[in-house]
Amino acid sequence: MTGPAPHREYTDRLTAGSLPYQSCDGCLSAVFPPRVICPFCGATDLGWRESAGLGTVYSTSVIAPRDADPYPVVLVDLDERFRIMSTVVDVPAGDVRIGMRVRAGIDPGGPTGPRVVFTPEERETAS
Amino acid sequence: MTLPDLRGSTAIVGVAESDLGEVGPDRYAIELAAQAAGAALAEAGLTTRDVDGLFCAIAGRGMAPLDVAEYLGIRPRYTDGTMVGGSSFISHLHHAALAITTGACDVALITYGSTARSDSGRGRLAMGPPELPSYEAAYRPRPPITGYALATARHMHQYGTTRTHLAEVAVAARKWAALNPKAFVRDPLTIEDVLAARMVSSPLTTLDCCLVTDGGGAVVVTGADRARDLPKPPVYLLGAGEAHWHRAISQMPDLTVTAATESSVRAYTMAGVGPQDVDVVQLYDAFTINTILFLEDLGFCAKGEGGDFVSGGRIAPGGDLPVNTNGGGLSYCHPGMYGIFPLIEATRQIRGEAGDRQRPGVTIALAHGNGGQLSSQVTAVLGGGDSL
Repeated sequence: MTGPAPHREYTDRLTAGSLPYQSCDGCLSAVFPPRVICPFCGATDLGWRESAGLGTVYSTSVIAPRDADPYPVVLVDLDERFRIMSTVVDVPAGDVRIGMRVRAGIDPGGPTGPRVVFTPEERETAS
Repeated sequence: MTLPDLRGSTAIVGVAESDLGEVGPDRYAIELAAQAAGAALAEAGLTTRDVDGLFCAIAGRGMAPLDVAEYLGIRPRYTDGTMVGGSSFISHLHHAALAITTGACDVALITYGSTARSDSGRGRLAMGPPELPSYEAAYRPRPPITGYALATARHMHQYGTTRTHLAEVAVAARKWAALNPKAFVRDPLTIEDVLAARMVSSPLTTLDCCLVTDGGGAVVVTGADRARDLPKPPVYLLGAGEAHWHRAISQMPDLTVTAATESSVRAYTMAGVGPQDVDVVQLYDAFTINTILFLEDLGFCAKGEGGDFVSGGRIAPGGDLPVNTNGGGLSYCHPGMYGIFPLIEATRQIRGEAGDRQRPGVTIALAHGNGGQLSSQVTAVLGGGDSL
């Protein structure tokens, strides 16, 4: 196979500070996680994009370990029409709601290296 | 080329569990698979010498069919190690029917064993080869419960399903378990107990989760003609269907709709029946939300109405629709993967062998398996002699 290895490319771009995803040149679908073939049309021409980082919480679950603080695990639908698992920080775990608008950032110290996390998006209009 | 007509062409002729519950540190999964296999074959009036088709999956063992064949001294001419999680064994039943009907084998043994309970804390679980990188692990979900919790939260959000609805499922399972001497937990359980249980991955509590037990099971299948000469009344495979759309929960398109919507239609179409014809339902209840999702997706109620459907004891003993009459994964046993046990219980209900939990006059039973995180869905429709 030619071209960059998908997971390596993803990790490099994430470390550089973006939320990367792929876009299919064949059917224009957003593709995530990274692959070598489009799961929607089978085309092999997948280009890299950077998400604007805005999305909506699709579902959420708070995990309550016996010996650590609770934390939310969420599924976020990015505005570019792909979904990722993540977490929401800077807010009590139980305050995360389905439908909440969130913005992506990079947490350099995730358990497996840099990871995308989300913060609640402040209301866009002050009133 | 068209597929052979599977309806009624094969039958289950033997079923058995191994020891269940907790078997202790000196026992191995393959021993439970072998114990169950021996008992199922004995019930069928057959021996390992008769088996020429082997179907098995054991978690963490990539070559489980080789292990099991060597252990049992079977030299199969047809082998299937399909591993799609807990639904694997109902998939094996489907594949066995195809193999028998096309002449690839005559007597199929489906077998499974696990020491999931005794394994905990012993470091016996070997690491497998590296898989594709996970795009979920960095967020520390608790697999598999968090995937089901996310589906539950979404179902509540879209359809107003409540934790009390979920608790109804757990309580019904426990009431059935109280009627099953082999069930792991049989003490009374109330809605309030479930609501007050420790939250693990919201909105699911410890009592919304299946058990972790040891155990194994086996099912013997052969052609309908041969089945009629064996000791037990044949339990015919009338229809089977499979479907899967994702593996990781973040790749499931709609967390409130499973691929059981497809697998069930395939099974019903082959069987020539619908949900209204089903007398008992045995489905894979790894978590309480499973029962609600699958009753919807198997056509017993409309999407979103599963919570109301299970309320008021409808699926409990004495209710309109008996579901998981053995007590299910929630209260009977759940040794890593549960999918062989719906087949065993469905068979016993059709034979009229289910003791205190027997529903009178069962002609058609549905067995449904789930694998991964709501990923693989496999449905089988089974029937007694009156169903042909």
